[in-house]
Amino acid sequence: MSSSKVTSMRDAVAELVRDGDTVAIEGFTHLICFAAGHEIIRQRRRDLTLCRLTPDLVYDQMIAAGVARKLVFSWLGNPGVGSLHAVRRVTEGDRATLELEEYSHFGMVARYTAGAMKLPFFPLRSYAETDLPTANPLIRPIQSPYGGDQVYAVPPLAPDVTIIHAQRADAAGNTQVWGLLGCQKEAAFAADRVIVVVEELVDEAVIRADPNRTILPGLVVDAVVVEPWGAHPSYAQGHYDRDNAFYLDWDAISRDAGSLDAWLDEWVHGVASRSEYLAKLGDDRLRALRPTPAPSGSVDYGEYR
Amino acid sequence: MSEPRSAFSASEMMIVAAARELADQRVCFVGVGLPNIAVNLARRTVAPQLELVYEAGVFGARPARLPLSIGDPTIVTGATAVTSMFELFGYYLQGGLINVGFLGAAQIDRHGNINTTVIGDYASPRTRLPGSGGACEIAQNAKSVFVIMRQSPRSFVEEIDFRTSVGDRISVVVTDKGIYHMDDGEMRLDSLHPGVSLADLRASMAWTPRVGDVSMETPPPTDEELRLIREELDPQGVYTG
Repeated sequence: MSSSKVTSMRDAVAELVRDGDTVAIEGFTHLICFAAGHEIIRQRRRDLTLCRLTPDLVYDQMIAAGVARKLVFSWLGNPGVGSLHAVRRVTEGDRATLELEEYSHFGMVARYTAGAMKLPFFPLRSYAETDLPTANPLIRPIQSPYGGDQVYAVPPLAPDVTIIHAQRADAAGNTQVWGLLGCQKEAAFAADRVIVVVEELVDEAVIRADPNRTILPGLVVDAVVVEPWGAHPSYAQGHYDRDNAFYLDWDAISRDAGSLDAWLDEWVHGVASRSEYLAKLGDDRLRALRPTPAPSGSVDYGEYR
Repeated sequence: MSEPRSAFSASEMMIVAAARELADQRVCFVGVGLPNIAVNLARRTVAPQLELVYEAGVFGARPARLPLSIGDPTIVTGATAVTSMFELFGYYLQGGLINVGFLGAAQIDRHGNINTTVIGDYASPRTRLPGSGGACEIAQNAKSVFVIMRQSPRSFVEEIDFRTSVGDRISVVVTDKGIYHMDDGEMRLDSLHPGVSLADLRASMAWTPRVGDVSMETPPPTDEELRLIREELDPQGVYTG
């Protein structure tokens, strides 16, 4: 029997996220683990290399808080709203202090895939005749060994730590996700250490009743943190909607470094834990984000003895 | 006699014109922002058979509301398939199943090359834009590429500051002023929107465009198209305000 990996967010971050680490908090718009990002800020980690296809508000907050020295990404914005102002402040003009390493979406997915498979590179049909390989010399053309076809290669990305949010896992870390899957599976298999944060901790029997839904086996998971609403203001399919009002508010909050710092003081440093953050948000705001139910049909796996 | 039409904005005209270009298309890869609303309008009007593909990993989306972003939960519920991004980019896009890739742009040149990365020098840009996202590979793997963007001398430029996506596969560019198709690797103006003169258009771009037969202006939005945009797709006027 595997023993329980369930721990608190404070302990998971304290034990598994170290200064100087390459960290991926993945989740494409869906299931972005703000709870982990905020705990990393509270514990004042430094010199992190942050990786994500879409840095989103969570990395805008972390970069503003000073945890990062480098960002590896493919699309830099506040989705559906506009810019990430904190990131822009440290990447534009002579204020460019944050190191950037830039790919396309498929390039980033391919990098995690190569990392997960222990391959030296991954080939893809992208980048030809663009300026991206000049901007990032790690994107390189290669000839097919089987003929004249030229493709582009990207190097593997194997984070020290990958953190993902999921709807549910059991205590051993067997993890199930539904809705957008992004590249959490690839990012987690590629990583040295994995933290899974869940809306709900379930019995092993729940996982085994629907094994097609499992994206990670406990085999690759180091810690399980139970943190309902941990992806707010992003969303968890079937649990809560994106809090779009916050994404819009962030545009104004983040335009000014002073108001952003005040927000961090109030909503991150000023709360000891996620539960305090949620209490501060209030039940009314959270309740309004609950969708009406739309359960899947169930399938019959059959019993074979 | 046609019915008197409602007043409409340049943004509404642009979205309607882009949506109409999707008639008869089968599989469309949807980008964030203006493409999102144009494609959702097309599915409700000229292209009910259109399969909406979102880079977040959705094939056959049936969004019940205008998605707030390209990763909105409404694109999942009721979709034909939800896949990993590896599958979506690898099997669907690179596998050649996408008829139309729909992109926006900050800068475009006469050949359809697109910049969504930086304004100014890459190392110390004046403006840091979002970057490629999936656009770089969409531009190289979709069978054809549609572009929707507002045009101005700052966006329709002689030389783009950074080449994020190549223009080789672009077939149509729809703006708030008119409609262009590619003609031997260069954009050709084929239609001016109502109320836009050729002089207006030329003042809103940095090069002198090839001009086709523009004797017929773009048909204005119908009342039904405007109703769909205003009541169903963008009631808050995020894209059309």
